[in-house]
Amino acid sequence: MENKESLNLPGYEIPDELKNVVSVTALDRLYNWGRRSSVWPLMFGLACCAIEMIAAQASRYDLARFGMEVMRPTPRQADLMIVAGTVTKKMLPAIVRLWNQMPEPKYVLAMGACASSGGPFKEGYNVVAGIDKFLPVDIYVPGCPPTPQALLNGLILLQKKIDQESIRKVRWYRKGPDSVEIPVPILGPDLIDPRRIPDIKAKAAELASTPAPATQS
Amino acid sequence: MTTPASTPTLRPAQGDASDLAARFPGVVSPDTRPGFSGFTIPADKLVEVATIIRDELGYDLLSSVTGVDYLPENKMEVVYHAYKTTGGPALVFKVQVPRDNPVVASMTPIWKGAEFQEREAWDLLGIKFTGHPDLRRILMWEGFEGHPLRKDWKEAFYEEDAKPFKSRWPDGKHVLAEARNPFSDNLRFPSGFDPEKMTFADPEEALYRSLKKYTFEDADGIQADHIIVNLGPQHPSTHGVFRSAVILDGETVVSLKPVMGYLHRNHDKIGERNTFLQIIPYTDRLDYFCSMTNNHGYVLAVEKLMGIQVAERAEYIRVIMDEITRIQNHLIFFGMLLNDLGAMYTPALYAFEERELILDIFEAAAGSRMMCNYYRFGGVVRDVPAEALQKLRDLVFDRLPGKIDEMERLLTENDVLVSRLKGVGYLSAEDAINTSMTGPMLRASGVPYDIRRADPYSIYDRFDFKVACRPDGDLYARYMVRVDEVRESIKILQQALKQIPEGPTMSVKPQYQVRVPAGEAYGRIESPKGELGYYVISNGKPNPWRYHIRASSFINLTALEMMCKGEKIADFVAILGAIDIVLGELDR
Amino acid sequence: MYGKGMLKGLGVTLVRFWNTYWDDAVWMWRRVTTGDKRYHSKEGIAHRSSKNARGIFTVQYPEEKLPVPEEFRYLPFLVYDEGADGKREILCTSCGICAKVCPPQCIWIVRTNDPLTGRPVPQPAEFYIDGDICMSCGYCAEYCPFDAIKMDHDYELAAYTRNIYDLEKLLKSSTYYASIRPANAAREEEARKAKEAAKSARSATHAAAA
Repeated sequence: MENKESLNLPGYEIPDELKNVVSVTALDRLYNWGRRSSVWPLMFGLACCAIEMIAAQASRYDLARFGMEVMRPTPRQADLMIVAGTVTKKMLPAIVRLWNQMPEPKYVLAMGACASSGGPFKEGYNVVAGIDKFLPVDIYVPGCPPTPQALLNGLILLQKKIDQESIRKVRWYRKGPDSVEIPVPILGPDLIDPRRIPDIKAKAAELASTPAPATQS
Repeated sequence: MTTPASTPTLRPAQGDASDLAARFPGVVSPDTRPGFSGFTIPADKLVEVATIIRDELGYDLLSSVTGVDYLPENKMEVVYHAYKTTGGPALVFKVQVPRDNPVVASMTPIWKGAEFQEREAWDLLGIKFTGHPDLRRILMWEGFEGHPLRKDWKEAFYEEDAKPFKSRWPDGKHVLAEARNPFSDNLRFPSGFDPEKMTFADPEEALYRSLKKYTFEDADGIQADHIIVNLGPQHPSTHGVFRSAVILDGETVVSLKPVMGYLHRNHDKIGERNTFLQIIPYTDRLDYFCSMTNNHGYVLAVEKLMGIQVAERAEYIRVIMDEITRIQNHLIFFGMLLNDLGAMYTPALYAFEERELILDIFEAAAGSRMMCNYYRFGGVVRDVPAEALQKLRDLVFDRLPGKIDEMERLLTENDVLVSRLKGVGYLSAEDAINTSMTGPMLRASGVPYDIRRADPYSIYDRFDFKVACRPDGDLYARYMVRVDEVRESIKILQQALKQIPEGPTMSVKPQYQVRVPAGEAYGRIESPKGELGYYVISNGKPNPWRYHIRASSFINLTALEMMCKGEKIADFVAILGAIDIVLGELDR
Repeated sequence: MYGKGMLKGLGVTLVRFWNTYWDDAVWMWRRVTTGDKRYHSKEGIAHRSSKNARGIFTVQYPEEKLPVPEEFRYLPFLVYDEGADGKREILCTSCGICAKVCPPQCIWIVRTNDPLTGRPVPQPAEFYIDGDICMSCGYCAEYCPFDAIKMDHDYELAAYTRNIYDLEKLLKSSTYYASIRPANAAREEEARKAKEAAKSARSATHAAAA
């Protein structure tokens, strides 16, 4: 307890009247320490990056040192979704469903170029231009694919993020828009995000009325 | 190690490809376009001629089926590459059909291996195959709008027909791709589309209907409950995002349909936009365990088109890299197969240790652990650094042979492993050939067909090695073939490392704009997973007209249902694991 | 005999288990005699990635990092020379070859125009690389005729937001470049010197002829 001041440092505001209440910060620290040291990822690989994720889990880089080796095949027991690879439109409904099934607190790490923005396959017709269009991404790890050390770097950054959270403010203990499930996209003539239906409808009508739309052929 | 030599009697090759035109005067005509080869067959005579090709000429292995859209000529073409399993060059035959109503007879009654490839041609190009047992979309979902590989179909983030895009230079303010698309998120809807009035078929319905066909087969009067089980796309045993819909009778698999496309990254379409050089790094991402061999197949095809020789030292480096890739791939195969069998982690971790050491060499030579992008037209991008070569020697001469022995001590005689693998997932040699299996899968069924021997490329004819082959056709044979292959690869590596000459690693000046004459080429190599082929058509422009990948993982799945029928559901996982699929290559 | 194969396999794991302690003991002895350490030291990491690696294989990132080889490539950066007065001389001439050869087309270049004549000046006004599209293929560095764009070794780039790099973020000094790729930098320097020597020799002969 000699370092009481630094406990209050993490990037959130502590109200004046609580500044000296040790228990709140100490509980936060304990809570966050417990969570950061047992972030269980979902055993879930999409493409090339998944192999580097497995390599990070294997003996040379050994995710167990971070308490993250317990890859859970079921989303019900997972805390972290490492989106490792290209997200395709066909796969997206399954990914969103998995995300909805994960209990809070949950995090998303977009591993590699494809998961962050579509990457080199962005122009492809079956590729989603970044998982952040659908899920709230916490960490972006660039690279194609990120080496295991780069992934570990991203995971350490995630731990730092967890360290900065406060038990009083985290979204999973309060009712709010953040805990709402993400509607599962529909596979129609193209991928349809139910949240964007009015938008798509308006845009499609507009394009239909213009004589020579630029991107329609 | 013993490599059994007994092989089943194969259909002897009785004829020659050259007398095909003489045999059908006025029907079969040679393809006379400059740079093209093979024969053109009228659509109505296709089945008749193809039967003769298989039965009388002896071309029993249909390697590749693909479609090409010739928009300017208003034609669709289906290209078939058939080989003899006894070795030798391809017989290429083509069918041309009008573009507005492309209908071709299906090859599935003759070669079952055409099944998935024809479904792919239907999905991406809209070519209908009459007589196909199950013509559904395979990579995209049922209900998707349009056939994306058609030349007049444009993707949502479409900018220009070919790279380099002009907007990047000389005054290319950074624009997110999202800003170029009206729906912003890589979406494209038919004109006037209204999502609220949407009435489309359930994408799964067609799949289940195709499964149900089989449930009424056993009409004994006993109506047992059949349940449909979906494995995947998120399932730890499916090696990624592969999915199988299985009908079970109790625990026994009655019918099974693989569902793929969950990692369909549009390699073919992106390849058509890319320049020839730009495709090389994309090939890395096909079979992401074996980027070196992926590079090799593609540069082989383009080198054929360009008609250039490869620098002598580069040929050796290529062989060395291919073989060390094969070792690395097979090591992972052992680990993953054992993972699937339930021996979680120990063999996989042992395998990953050796793989890491091999990846260190890739990193030192090519610059990246997995996405090597190492081969260029005419050679390799740079020489292997001296210390990396030394490390390679250390591994090949001192470490890997011992590690393979250790792996075998750990696994080969393990009673549980033997009882899980022996006699499971049987595939006969005839079926294996008929379903276009290649690679270790075919060799485990007793067909000693290895492209490195049957149709040698690069400098494989200079090395002394045996074609690993096992006659049993079960999972254990597939496992043992890989063990044998690793040993043979070490043998090749030891020879290559002793013989490697000094010299330049490029036969031509490296340049970013390569001139590729018009024509077609099919470059194929024996990748660790089977035959990896690239079918490239150039029309003299900087980017290819057609770029097609014949992926071994994809076609090797044709026999999955055949192997699984009657087995237990737990064995399905092992059978799938023994095919050694990788999703990047499967879905492309 | 039933169970023999399993016992054989267990023997392998037992040897592996034993090796972890044995190798640690060997290194403990080495530490006493030569002062080499198995962990947190260069020779220790080299041992763990050599043919003799056995026992504990782990590299304890982030405390110790696996050294990357010279050719390792991650994301591109632009090289500048430090001028005499501390000015940064960007080597890039905005010729656009990197933007043309880039497979995913993630490089955007804005040329500088002379404010008086309106003619293009060989220097980029702006330079963007979308780090989230880059596929780390290294073509830009490979085909750059001016050695102005190179592949970086820095992989610790994880961030809370997307990565779009502009000119300011991309520029790194030639000293840094020489430090991460010494052999390449020396080779390029030599080639440059040879070229300049040839040029001056040519102009000398021209002058003599005149």
